Amino acid sequence: MLDGIAVDQVFVSLKHWVLGYSPAAIEPAVSILLTILPILLVFPVLFALTTVLERKGLGRIQNRYGPNRVGFFGILQPMADALKSLTKEDIVPASADRTVHFLAPLVLLAVAFLPYAVLPIGRNMIAANLDAGVLFFFAIGAISELSVFMAGWSSRNKYSLLGAMRAVAQMISYEVPLLLSSIAVIMAAGSLNTVDIVNKQAGFSGIFPHWYVLTPWGFAGFVLFMISATAETNRSPFDLPEGESEIIAGYYIEYSGFKFALFFLGEYLGMFAISGLGITLFLGGWGAPLSFLTWIPSWIWFFAKLLGLIIGFIWVRGTLPRLRMDQLMNFAWKFMLPMALVIVVSAGAWRFLPQGVTRWLISTLFLAVAYGLLARGVETRNKIAKRTYRFAE
Amino acid sequence: MLGLGIVKGLIETARNFLGSYVDKNRLVTVQFPEERLPVAEAARNFPFLIYDGVDPEQGLRCVACQICEKECPPRCITIEKSKDKKPDFVGKSQFYPAVFDIDVSVCMSCQICVEVCPFDAIRMDNEFELSTTDRFGGLLWTKEKLARPNEHYLAIHPTEAAEVEARRAEEKAQAEAKKQQAAVTQ
Amino acid sequence: MSQVAEDIMEISMGPQHPSTHGVFRMDVRLEGERVLRLKPVFGYLHRNHEKIAENASYLAAIPYTDRLDYLCSMTNNWGYALAVEKLAGLAVPERAEYIRVIVAELTRLQNHAGMVGFLLQDMGASGTPLMYAFTQREKVLDLFEELSGARMMCNYMRFGGVRVDCSPEWLRQTAALVAAFGGFLDEFEQLLTGNEILMARTQGVGVLPQELAINAGVTGPGLRASGVNYDLRKVDRYGIYERFQFRVPLGEHGDVFDRYMMRVLEMRESVKILEQALRDIPSGPVMDPKAKVRGLRPKVGEAYARIESPKGELGFYLISDGTPNPYRYRVRPPSLINLTVLEDMCLGQNIADVVVILGSIDIVMGEVDR
Repeated sequence: MLDGIAVDQVFVSLKHWVLGYSPAAIEPAVSILLTILPILLVFPVLFALTTVLERKGLGRIQNRYGPNRVGFFGILQPMADALKSLTKEDIVPASADRTVHFLAPLVLLAVAFLPYAVLPIGRNMIAANLDAGVLFFFAIGAISELSVFMAGWSSRNKYSLLGAMRAVAQMISYEVPLLLSSIAVIMAAGSLNTVDIVNKQAGFSGIFPHWYVLTPWGFAGFVLFMISATAETNRSPFDLPEGESEIIAGYYIEYSGFKFALFFLGEYLGMFAISGLGITLFLGGWGAPLSFLTWIPSWIWFFAKLLGLIIGFIWVRGTLPRLRMDQLMNFAWKFMLPMALVIVVSAGAWRFLPQGVTRWLISTLFLAVAYGLLARGVETRNKIAKRTYRFAE
Repeated sequence: MLGLGIVKGLIETARNFLGSYVDKNRLVTVQFPEERLPVAEAARNFPFLIYDGVDPEQGLRCVACQICEKECPPRCITIEKSKDKKPDFVGKSQFYPAVFDIDVSVCMSCQICVEVCPFDAIRMDNEFELSTTDRFGGLLWTKEKLARPNEHYLAIHPTEAAEVEARRAEEKAQAEAKKQQAAVTQ
Repeated sequence: MSQVAEDIMEISMGPQHPSTHGVFRMDVRLEGERVLRLKPVFGYLHRNHEKIAENASYLAAIPYTDRLDYLCSMTNNWGYALAVEKLAGLAVPERAEYIRVIVAELTRLQNHAGMVGFLLQDMGASGTPLMYAFTQREKVLDLFEELSGARMMCNYMRFGGVRVDCSPEWLRQTAALVAAFGGFLDEFEQLLTGNEILMARTQGVGVLPQELAINAGVTGPGLRASGVNYDLRKVDRYGIYERFQFRVPLGEHGDVFDRYMMRVLEMRESVKILEQALRDIPSGPVMDPKAKVRGLRPKVGEAYARIESPKGELGFYLISDGTPNPYRYRVRPPSLINLTVLEDMCLGQNIADVVVILGSIDIVMGEVDR
């Protein structure tokens, strides 16, 4: 048992040990450095691994190998990609606004790293334990939309402008269901502090944990949250702004070389951050899924769940075609927003009804009725109907 | 129910993903050049000239009749007849090509030259790793580059070659018989 | 950017574009996202096919017909061979007719599979349906390589039959492929047909009204998706198609989803035809004994022969003046005629739909430009 706790807290102990050896004058600076350095190292490495994982995963889905020439099973492919993007010529269009063009990827990168400060990666492992952690996360997350528009506008290209406007419209529309589904969690936990939210989900009843995803409103909220997250980070099936086959690369069409790689890095970091928040809010943060697995260190659980969500993203990307712009917006405003409101109501019902079968039934009833009505609306609006065909002899 | 089609699609991709680790049909990559698929017998790429025996000059079957040059759709064959003659496999005296060039960058591998040749002199090879860095003559193949022994033909197109061999053996036997008859009646 | 203020943008979806199915340009005038006007510009792949064929012999034109609709070389060859056989009065033996039907239906299978794959690729499904379709297409191309020597530029049909006979081993392999194809189609449909996103993107998009389709000369699956019962295999009954039992699927709405479903249903019908042909193929010669390999000089006259190629009605019009070269050689390309209604289908739609509609017409630039 002591071993389990020791491994779980190994990074915290390491930090305290190093702090013990540093002179008192620079101790705060060293503390800050030791807190943020792991974030700056771990998540870009995770980004590199994810690019390989994505290409190999997509490859296997499509009955082919992914990259497998560079290193064992292609594991060094990100190095080759990094070298490639570093050695490419940096082309800036002659009529582009040079300052804004240069700043856009930097803004994206800076803003992409900030939300990690409020994610609890393990027990006692959070960079900044803010009382309004979730609020901070959403506030910072919205700034990344600015960099998208900076990129599109400064490139002086019709395609990139189209892409940027679409991207901003999409991101703003999907902020609303994202926030509303997390409001249900905040209501249930009673706090905006991410550590509190994780602690509220830390108990077990029997072998099953108290994660919010295992309640009816939590499950629906999680699904809505992940759909909004996919839309926020411009991933398939919501990647129309970077619609490869229609407007080529959309808002970063005029970027080449390393700046292009920075955009990718920013997009993936955003994906990890929002998945991390999803894990914190719905999947119990660093908690174990079954009561007899608590001996596995907490940070391993966090990264395992993150990996699971990344695999989910890749799986969905490999399967679904992309939604058109107006369908995307209709889906956000006319399906997800009412659904998110009903989820809040359902969460309220769950919170205030006594424990037992009744609250399960009432919660699920709210959700099922709302889903049925809204789904009918989506189908008629998009004219989705099963068709039968006649044949002539 | 909305979303059911999407879920079914996700199940299908998961089936392919997991199947790619166990089922050969779900992982169809052939990692060229380490692994190669066997080439089909009928596969054709560019023509070559056949010679019998060991001497490409003496044994060349082509008699410079220029039918392939006329029938070639993109006109990639250039032939110049020789001034003298040499005997062919039945002993008849025939011309031979002094110049036989095929511009392989023009050739469209249509195989019409093979079909119309009355002397089984030109056939299709199946070699495809032929790139060259010489822009100005690397893909203009002369008679020397085009000539290959009959054994090569037998190796790459066995069934076709067996038929051709049988037919030529018969023609040779008939010619021999005629010569014997002529010698006897003398 | 004054153009943004006016809200009207002219975009050239230029010849270099991942989704224009070849070198094809569209000048699109947009208001916001809606298409106001669309002008197709083609000719980037013009290779003087008809002029070359008029200066070459009848036999020499066959490899050039391979390269018209370069995905369906067998059916191109068949159309041309039919026209010359009409002109020269040649008869085709039984076995050759069966082989022609078998390879034509195989061509239809691989073309439709490829079309659906490319349509989904244009819609953003990052390559998955395309890879599944191409796995099957590779098997068909391997069969073609064993039969004719080349995967795509087959140069297989001759006037009066086919160039070379197929072996019993080849027929066995074809039967195995056909038997497995139904399972592939079931899996493919599970991935695609019920998918809500696909339905939302394609139903009601790019509607081609029946009247317009008939007046514009649209043929093939596009015409049948608009509800017109016109399949040349049933109308003309060329070759030996009247011996086979198959149905012709018809759509009602004429939108992209109907055109997509036409391909899927036609693939199933082709599988049926293939099963029957493989079962009934007789033995015998594969070339008309009267036909010569070279030096064909048809009598003076003209002939027009048409076949139901996977893209539509492919027609060849020949005028012979008694010489070894045709006097006039004209190809009726289905992709070009089907392309003329692109603007009518795209008016008022989103620009994201333009690519989808273009994909559903199924064009190949080799045919459009010749």
